[in-house]
Amino acid sequence: MAPDGPAPGIWLRGLTRSFGTVHAVKGIDLTVAPGEIVALLGPNGAGKSTTIDLLLGLGEPDGGTVAIFGQPPRAAIDAGAVGAMLQTGGLIRELSVRELLVVMASLYPAPLGVDEVLALTGIEELADRRTDALSGGETQRVRFAIAIISDPQLLVLDEPTVAMDVSARHGFWEAMRSFASRGKTVLFATHYLEEADAWADRIVLMARGSIVADGPTGEIKAMVGSRTIRATLPGADLAALEQLPGVHAVERHGQTVLLTCADSDAALRALLAAEPGACDIEVTAAGLEAAFLELTADPTSAVPA
Amino acid sequence: MSSFVYTRSELTRTFRNYRFFVFSLGFPLALYFLIAGPNRHEDILGIPLPLYFMTGMMAFGTMIAVVSSGGRIAAERQLGWNRQLRITPLRAPAYLSAKVLSGYAMAASSILLIGLAGTIVGVRLTVGEWATLVVLILIGLIPFAGMGIAIGHLVSVDSLGPLMGGLTSILALLGGAWGPIATSGALHTVSEAMPSYWLVQAGKTAIGGSVWPLTGWLVIAAWSVAMAALAAWAYRRDTGKA
Repeated sequence: MAPDGPAPGIWLRGLTRSFGTVHAVKGIDLTVAPGEIVALLGPNGAGKSTTIDLLLGLGEPDGGTVAIFGQPPRAAIDAGAVGAMLQTGGLIRELSVRELLVVMASLYPAPLGVDEVLALTGIEELADRRTDALSGGETQRVRFAIAIISDPQLLVLDEPTVAMDVSARHGFWEAMRSFASRGKTVLFATHYLEEADAWADRIVLMARGSIVADGPTGEIKAMVGSRTIRATLPGADLAALEQLPGVHAVERHGQTVLLTCADSDAALRALLAAEPGACDIEVTAAGLEAAFLELTADPTSAVPA
Repeated sequence: MSSFVYTRSELTRTFRNYRFFVFSLGFPLALYFLIAGPNRHEDILGIPLPLYFMTGMMAFGTMIAVVSSGGRIAAERQLGWNRQLRITPLRAPAYLSAKVLSGYAMAASSILLIGLAGTIVGVRLTVGEWATLVVLILIGLIPFAGMGIAIGHLVSVDSLGPLMGGLTSILALLGGAWGPIATSGALHTVSEAMPSYWLVQAGKTAIGGSVWPLTGWLVIAAWSVAMAALAAWAYRRDTGKA
């Protein structure tokens, strides 16, 4: 049963789904309040897309409950309360972008105007283009326009920026934020920590079908966002390096030292001050995959309260 | 919130698809002029050859129109468009009936053009006979609408072309659309059991305003039920997957 009071935008309880012997989703509980922007972060195969399919009613869960603003997915969709960009998808041909948006708008009870959506998503210049004459990034913009055409209260985006270059990505997220500023609830899946960090208020971390962490963006970033500083530093004093601010662990490989850092900015400043002879300095982000493995392997790194 | 605009857009898309015109209209039309033109004074099985081949080509063209309209579902599935539609209020019956309706719209154009060609070559029918012929063809297309939807949900885009081309050609051949294949014996019995046979026969039976004999109605009814069941099964099999 859904909780009392104002219905949450997303309410998942005990959600499970298996495909044969693969347990894609292993008992997920998630509540997203109206107006929240939440990133569903995890490596490929973490169960993000399956969770989104179950949320949207595209698949039946083996067990558990889904509610969107207190309603089953089908009812919420019929009311126009949900818009989504699925992970894969093209556009039907033989129509212009404007014609396609008119058709999609016609399916909903209270859609936004087509011109308004074109403006919101910044694709006015594509309006009269045939859908088969669009680039990958332009197609994604049109798919985003379709996702918001019903004026949904909940927007669900499954790795929306995959086909986009860096500048298109930024434009896309700006458009998302401008739509979300109308008080919308947003859930987006990504495997880029940077995207989650830049555009979400809260990060839900998934790995191997479970939620392994859930908290404000800064908190989760600190958990998984460790970076490594690599520097050439002959005769380094490892014990001293380990004491530098932001440094978590130190290793030596010949003349090279590797500093694993929770805060690489602070560590780098301290390193340069303490060891002016350090050269060939590189700072790299640890892969999410590595961070997840560490998180899921270590039972002490529990979900923050 | 109705499916009217959606259905209208499906019609628009159908008539903008040039391949549809080539196969469902252009090809049978060209074939008709090639066969019936030089032989317009001949008879075939006791009816004027221009009339026989007119209905033969109508059967062929309308079959392709209706089957390939359903077949386009395969392309939309591959695009992920069906999943996109499943997160809108549009329901499957509205989606599928728009496909059937655009197939029938194309079939109607095929009937109109080939009928016109028949008139040019020398087919003369009364208004009542024309009406009977058209109505019988429209009814005889029902199994093909089911076949199209089933194919659209069962096959991949890559195998769609060869499968539809092969299937409609075999059915046209067995039904006698390109000329009768047998007038008696086992092959004739097989021919009579094909829905395409009764499409082709619509021309002959319409003379004098009469309709199919009981066998014709039974064959069309049986194929309609079988193809509707196949389409429903194919649809559920396809959408049951998450």
